[in-house]
Formats: sequence, structure tokens, C-alpha cells
Amino acid sequence: MARMVTTRRKVISTAAAWLVGFLIFFPILWMVLASFKTELEAFAIPPSFLFFHWTTENYATVQERSDYFHHALNSIIIAGGSTLIAMLIAIPAAWSMAFSPTKRTKDVLLWMLSTKMMPPVGVLVPIYLIYRTFGLLDTRSGLIFILCLGNLPIVIWMLFTYFKEIPKDILEAARMDGATIGRELIYVLTPMAVPGLASTLLLNLILAWNEAFWTLNLSTLEAAPLTVFIASYSSPEGLFWAKLSAASTLAIAPILVLGWFSQRQLVRGLTFGAVK
Amino acid sequence: MGQITLQGVQKSFGPVHIIKGADLDIADGSFVVFVGPSGCGKTTLLRLIAGLEDVTGGAILIDGRNVVDVPPAKRGLSMVFQSYALYPHMSVRGNIAFGLKMAGIARDEINRKVEAAAATLNLTPYLDRKPRELSGGQRQRVAIGRAIVREPKAFLFDEPLSNLDAALRVQMRLEVTRLQKQLGTTAIYVTHDQVEAMTMADKIVVLNGGRIEQYGSPLELYEKPANLFVAGFIGSPKMNFVTGEIAKQQGAATIGVRPEHLKVERDGQGGWHGTVSVAEHLGSDTFLYVDAGPLGMLTARYVGELDLHPGDRVSLIPDPARIHRFDDSGKSIHA
Ligand SMILES: Nc1ncnc2c1ncn2[C@@H]1O[C@H](COP(=O)(O)OP(=O)(O)O)[C@@H](O)[C@H]1O
Ligand SMILES: [Mg+2]
Repeated sequence: MARMVTTRRKVISTAAAWLVGFLIFFPILWMVLASFKTELEAFAIPPSFLFFHWTTENYATVQERSDYFHHALNSIIIAGGSTLIAMLIAIPAAWSMAFSPTKRTKDVLLWMLSTKMMPPVGVLVPIYLIYRTFGLLDTRSGLIFILCLGNLPIVIWMLFTYFKEIPKDILEAARMDGATIGRELIYVLTPMAVPGLASTLLLNLILAWNEAFWTLNLSTLEAAPLTVFIASYSSPEGLFWAKLSAASTLAIAPILVLGWFSQRQLVRGLTFGAVK
Repeated sequence: MGQITLQGVQKSFGPVHIIKGADLDIADGSFVVFVGPSGCGKTTLLRLIAGLEDVTGGAILIDGRNVVDVPPAKRGLSMVFQSYALYPHMSVRGNIAFGLKMAGIARDEINRKVEAAAATLNLTPYLDRKPRELSGGQRQRVAIGRAIVREPKAFLFDEPLSNLDAALRVQMRLEVTRLQKQLGTTAIYVTHDQVEAMTMADKIVVLNGGRIEQYGSPLELYEKPANLFVAGFIGSPKMNFVTGEIAKQQGAATIGVRPEHLKVERDGQGGWHGTVSVAEHLGSDTFLYVDAGPLGMLTARYVGELDLHPGDRVSLIPDPARIHRFDDSGKSIHA
């Protein structure tokens, strides 16, 4: 009896998980489907699901009207650059806080997190004015800088929690085993920290890639990443569902692929290492 | 060689004095156990010897050389941690070999030594497993393997068996002692368990509140405890203490009698009278917890079975040759 109940429960929970998964995935699926419809069909009520006239003309139009590769390159440079710089600053910061904390360490961490609670729009005007004065508007370096600052607290928090997980005993064991600081770093610390570093890197790459507030407000064309590219398809003359879908599909494709191949690291990253 | 001497070693963390001046002479090849209640500074003292903490004052000599400014790696000691502290990303082989690799020893020799150590510890079938694929006892063995393979001047153990279950603990206790005797390497072993201390040690250091209360062989500590603390800490069940008039008659502030030195007589004449409040029958021994009125609760141990039950009146007769006497400050009075 007991076994039957557990199998039934397993079936139900599996079905529920699939249902939730499908609900979450559905908008993306719908967007991808819409990108292959004509504008008319994209609007049609009742909507057609799979049996419509498949076309790739939206992709052609989108590429013709705006330069996808230009924006994609900007996205790569901005997301990659800001993540890299944030990591370079955050690794030593999180390191020292995890391995030689002081009385104020917790306060500093909380203060850093508290900056994330401020709505960015609250400082938009001053930042905009500063950027204008220094000629940083619509530059990649300007966007790299602001995204890096924006993500830094999260990067430091994540790395801090990972480093904290590394037992001090193991480092001391390495020291007793005769490892110099350098070899301790190479042979013991880095291999143990790599999963944490990788998930932090990935998560922040994705956050920076998807960041839309600062990128939309501080760039127009030259430095504009894919977020601006998508936004340009919701114009005052009306929405072009099919083309907007095509643009969005193009914009999220790289990150979707990246996410797919790094699922495991990502889950670990998002749960701050609670799942192993 | 592994002769270790502590001279006035002190350690404070900020304003807090943890080790308040420790003097100690550890002979080469001996097995010395640091024992004491939790928080008394055993781990700290061990870490000072290891070099994982810096001394605040005093000197630590290894084979006559002061090593207080020498980093841990250069002291030639190896340590087994309570948490095992195995490298999780390395195989058993990698764990044991790591120290040798760091010392720049040739690969053939490393392999030979690692395999020899693994054979000694029955780890050969597991050499290619990761630590997470091992049981607690096996992990413990790997940690010990990592320590012995480097042929150090001394082993430092910090409560290495406290994470194992009781049966395995007894078995590993024997293995560690046997291994140490076989290798003849000096060992310092930290534990809060006085039974472990008594069974494993050549010499015991009893620590309390950052001070060394006594340093001696297990039997010395048992027979001639230096003070009330050692008397109460060493021996199981604990020594009975009696104060007041009876102690005064013996010229002491407190007298102590071990449970095994109290002769139990059913409703006898002499000695101290009381009522059995709990009787534990183990077959091999009988433990009696006796309410002796003004003398307090007394524990008596009888070897063999004694048919006594709660409520029975008994008299307890202390063996006069085995009465320990202590003065006002708690120090032993020796006749
Ligand atoms: N790094 C440290 N900073 C401050 N206090 C410490 C530190 N390490 C140990 N202590 C304190 O020193 C005392 C002795 O600790 P420890 O040597 O670990 O005791 P034991 O191993 O005998 O249980 C404890 O009160 C502990 O709180
Ligand atoms: Mg301890």
C-alpha cells in the first residue's frame, strides 16, 4: 500500500512540476512562435498555435532595419566587461571579508546590499547629468561602469558566501603539508573556489545582459546593447508583435544557450550554494 | 627526532588570556595527551605548537631549536584535524601524496610511500576514491595517512576520534596507539575524554583554564593527583569528595576517595552510612549512588554483582591507604 501511495505522489508531483515548468516557459515559446508568424497572424484571435504560415521574413526585416550584430557585440562587451571588472574587484574584497573578518565586516556587507534596495530611478537624473558632463553618454565604457557598480554588491555577496563555505581547516592542513601561500592558492583554494566563481560569473553575466534600466536611459545607438534593440520595436506608431518577437528572440538567444549549458552552475549560483 | 619543549608559552586573543604560561618537556617518541574540559585551551596549545597561531610570549623548542618564528610548514610536524580537513577535490592518493609533492619528492618515491602508508592503514582499495565516497572511519584513516607519510618529527592530533561512533572510536584508539608505537614518532593528542587519555597516553597533561594542572603518567595522575581538579577529572566514575568534620580529623580541608576504594557493607557497623538511591548492575560491576546524609551523595563501585537496591541501608568503608587529602587551596597534601 505504502509503495502505491508514494508512486502516486511521485506521478502527481512530477506532473505538477512539468505544469509549472510549462507555464513559465510558455511566454518564451509563444514569443518564438510569434516571431515566425506574419504581423496579421500574430494578432489573430483566436490565436493559431502551430498551424500557421511559417515565415522568416520578420528576421530579415529586423536585420535590415537595425543592425543586430552591432547591438549583440555591444551586449557582449558591456555584459562581459562589467562582469569581469566586478569580479576583479569583488574577489579580493570577498576574500578578505571571508578569511580575515573584522568587527565591521557584517555591517559593510549589509550596507553594500542596502544600496541594492534603492530604486535606480532615484539617482537617474544626477547620474545622467554626470555622464553628460564627462561625455560618457552612449559610450560602452559608461555602461560598463554603471552596470559594474550596480552588480558589485551582489557579486561580493555571492563570492563571500562561497568563500565562507571553504573550511579554514583545509587551508591549514595545506599549510601543515608544507604548501606555500602560492601553492595553497593554486592546488587547494582555486579548485575549491572554482564552482562558486563560475556560478557567480554566469549569474552576473546574465544579470548584466538583461539589465534594461541603465542601458535604455544612458545609450541611444553607438553603445546600445540588445535591450535597446528590443525596445526600438515597441514604437509609438503601434506594436509590431511579430517583429518585436523576432527581435526579442534574437536578443535572448545567446543567453538562453549559455544558460542551457550551465544549468547546474546557475542553480547553485541562484541558491547561493544551498543545493549541491 | 622529535623532542618538544615549551617554555612559559602564553597566548592571548586580544585582551583575553587563553594560555597562561605553559612549561612542558615532551620526550622523543612519547605519546602525550592533552586533556581537559571543553574550552580550556587544548586546541589553542596544539595550534601554537603547530605554528597555526603565533605565541604571545615564551618559547617553543623542537629538538632544541626555538621555532616561534618558523612557519608551520618548516616545523616538520603533521596534524590530524578533528574535521579531517581532507582536500575534497583530490583522491585519497592525492590527499596522502600532497605533502610529499609540496616537498618536491620524486614521483616514484611518492608513489612508493603513498602505497606503503595506504597498506598500513588498509586504504589500498580506496586510493582512487574521493573523500566524499568514504565512510567516517575511512576518512579518518586518510587523514592519518596524510600525517604519517611525511615522516614528521611529531604528530599532532586534535580530537581525531570525536566524530566517530563509539565502537569505531575504541577500535581506532587502538590502531592509533599501535601505529604510534610501531613508528616511534612523538605524538601529541588532544582530547576531552579522560578515558581516551588514560588508555592512550604515556604521559598526560591536564589542562584547566589555560593552565597545566599536572603532567605525569596515567597512573601517577590516578594515584597522586596534584590537586582537587585533577583528582576530580581523572577516573571514572568521579572521585568522592568529603569536607567538614571528617576531613578535619584527617588534617585536610577536603578528602577524596575513589568509588573503587569504598568498601560496601550491607548495614555494617563502621564507615559512613547511607541509603542506596540508584543501583546500576552491569554484571561485571555494580555502581551504587548512595545518599550519605551530611556527607552528600557518594558513589561506590563494587567489582562483580552486588544484590542491593534503592532504599537499602549500606555502610561505606574507605580504604585508609587510598584517602587523598587536599588543603584549603585545593592542593594535595602528601604525608
Ligand atoms: N581565534 C580565537 N579568537 C578568540 N578566542 C579564541 C580563538 N580561538 C580560541 N579562542 C578561545 O580560547 C578558548 C580555548 O579554546 P580551545 O583551545 O579551542 O579550547 P579546547 O580545545 O580546549 O576546547 C575558548 O574560550 C575559545 O573561545
Ligand atoms: Mg578543541
